[in-house]
Amino acid sequence: MYLGIDIGSSSSKAALLNEEGTIAGTQVVNLGTGTQGIQTALDELYERAGISPGQVLYTVVTGYGRLLYTEADKQITEITCHAKGIHYLMPDVRTVVDIGGQDSKVIRMDSGGTVQNFVMNEKCAAGTGRFLEVMARVLGCSIGDLSCLAAQATQDVAISSVCTVFAESEVISQLSQGQHPNDVARGALRAVAKRVAGLCGRVGVEDSVAMSGGVALNQTMVEVLSQELGRPVVPAPDSQAVGAIGAALLAREQYRKTR
Amino acid sequence: MENTLTSKQLLAKLQSEHYAGAMQAKKEGKLVAWATSICPQELLETLDIDVVYPENHAAAIGARKDAPQFIANAEAKGYSTDICSYARVNMGYADIQFSEAENIPMPDLIFCCSNICNTVIKWYENLAKTLHIPLVMFDMPFNHTFDVPEHSIRYMRGQIEYAIQQLVDITGKKFDYDKFSEVMKVSSESALWWRRATDLGRNHPSPLNGFDMFNYMAMIVCARGKESTRDLFKLWHDEMAEKVRLGKGPWKEGEEKYRIMWDGIACWPHLSVTYKTLKKYGINMVTSTYPESWTIVYEQNDLDGMARAYSANYANRNLDYGTGNVIKLVRDFDLDGIVYHSNRSCKLMDFRQYEVQRRIEGATGVPSVVFDGDQTDPRIFSQAQYETRIQALVEMMEENKIKKQRGDL
Repeated sequence: MYLGIDIGSSSSKAALLNEEGTIAGTQVVNLGTGTQGIQTALDELYERAGISPGQVLYTVVTGYGRLLYTEADKQITEITCHAKGIHYLMPDVRTVVDIGGQDSKVIRMDSGGTVQNFVMNEKCAAGTGRFLEVMARVLGCSIGDLSCLAAQATQDVAISSVCTVFAESEVISQLSQGQHPNDVARGALRAVAKRVAGLCGRVGVEDSVAMSGGVALNQTMVEVLSQELGRPVVPAPDSQAVGAIGAALLAREQYRKTR
Repeated sequence: MENTLTSKQLLAKLQSEHYAGAMQAKKEGKLVAWATSICPQELLETLDIDVVYPENHAAAIGARKDAPQFIANAEAKGYSTDICSYARVNMGYADIQFSEAENIPMPDLIFCCSNICNTVIKWYENLAKTLHIPLVMFDMPFNHTFDVPEHSIRYMRGQIEYAIQQLVDITGKKFDYDKFSEVMKVSSESALWWRRATDLGRNHPSPLNGFDMFNYMAMIVCARGKESTRDLFKLWHDEMAEKVRLGKGPWKEGEEKYRIMWDGIACWPHLSVTYKTLKKYGINMVTSTYPESWTIVYEQNDLDGMARAYSANYANRNLDYGTGNVIKLVRDFDLDGIVYHSNRSCKLMDFRQYEVQRRIEGATGVPSVVFDGDQTDPRIFSQAQYETRIQALVEMMEENKIKKQRGDL
């Protein structure tokens, strides 16, 4: 078995791959780096797969928390891992968008799944999952409910501030002026989508775009991003585990290389 | 004794003498100028006006982590955080007038050439106005055409002639054209040895570690017209040529695995971490756009040539020229990748960076990454983000190496 671990800023993911290169299981725990999240994910994953940690031949770790995780054989960036994971799950896709808790990235790949170019957000929470968390808090809902609220919107409330802190004040002001929370929620998703579309423009988009990461579970976000890009955006299957799956695929490659 | 010094020791000595000398000159009542980094310093040298460079001084303050107090001072005066941090550090220094890192005497005149950016125009005008001292300004419009147009060269030459008269009026001295001729010769020789030394980065492995180049750059900025500077660069060149002969790379320990170009100014407040992260992965910065920026070479006594050299500064050239130049660097230095420093201070460099990156990637296939930082404001940089981007670059460069070995590239 080969293990891929993706420790993000707000969640921990793990994926197991068997000798034949088939996914034997994935696990997501919504606790990120600096927590017990990854250990919980691994315990649950091993139990479900019915294996012991000793059966793992090689481990690759990725994500924001990768540098602090010492038990892996190798650490590889989330850029390469997401490209690898998407190429495995959706071989025709050449562009992947991942909106993470701390980083947003757009990756362009060649037909073999090799990274050709990528861009990430600057040192700023605009366009990241953190922005959505802040918006959800102001709206008094969970991040998972943002999508449902936004889906019921009748219009977008424009959020003009790029800065997350100012956007928070702006949203409070919009709500106090009587704007409907549904419309504000959709406006928040639109703000992120516009930011991510800007990143897509920099890296150059080809054909359909896949989306990985937890935000891909947000149906309205996917819809709004499709509108902004003027092309279909397709959520990856098991989107939260894409980075971990990529890491597991790379673990298998690395193991074979070292043999 | 002096000829037994290594170039590194000589660099430290000359840098220290440069700053101490300026302080001493001020004490003795000599005139001191504050000047932009790529200005016709030949005129000041000829008239024996001591000159210090706020950009270099701000970089020194940034590298020694003393920038925040000056930045805070300038911002409190109303200068926006969006203005170049060299300008903010210097504006703050003009007020506070002391740094634990390095000190420069206050100026008696301001000497500014806008061939490096537009910000310097208002920055230096403000200094002259605030300090009530004369301003010598060289207005050097951006070259929107590939070649520097003749009218720009004539315009620059006219301004050099006018500046000579201004300086004669300020100093009350006669302009010594024989000395000017000698300074022109030495300045060109310094620039040539700078270029020859940095060109040695083409070797495999490169004897040049690009972060050393950032340090040596201080003297090509601050004292191009002095024989000691020419001798320093010749010594540095000879030392590296010897390393080439012996097959030695950039570091005492560790192998040069990847060769990159660094685009933009150093991230001075985070110099150590930016350098060590690259070195950890075996990445050597073998070149940048700086070797060309200070290749200010012209024939002795050729005022038109001198005007052309200053007009033709790299930062003042159009997108096609800049792109062509980097493509040439990729090929000449056999680069594996490029790191673009998206330097919040420098709008001139940043605004075209993504387009340059797109064109270079298209023409050469060399992978690259952009990271956010700033030349002196420590608040912009994130170490974790930097490391992720550098590591991703390594993964792309490694993939390319495998493809090359397979013959796929």
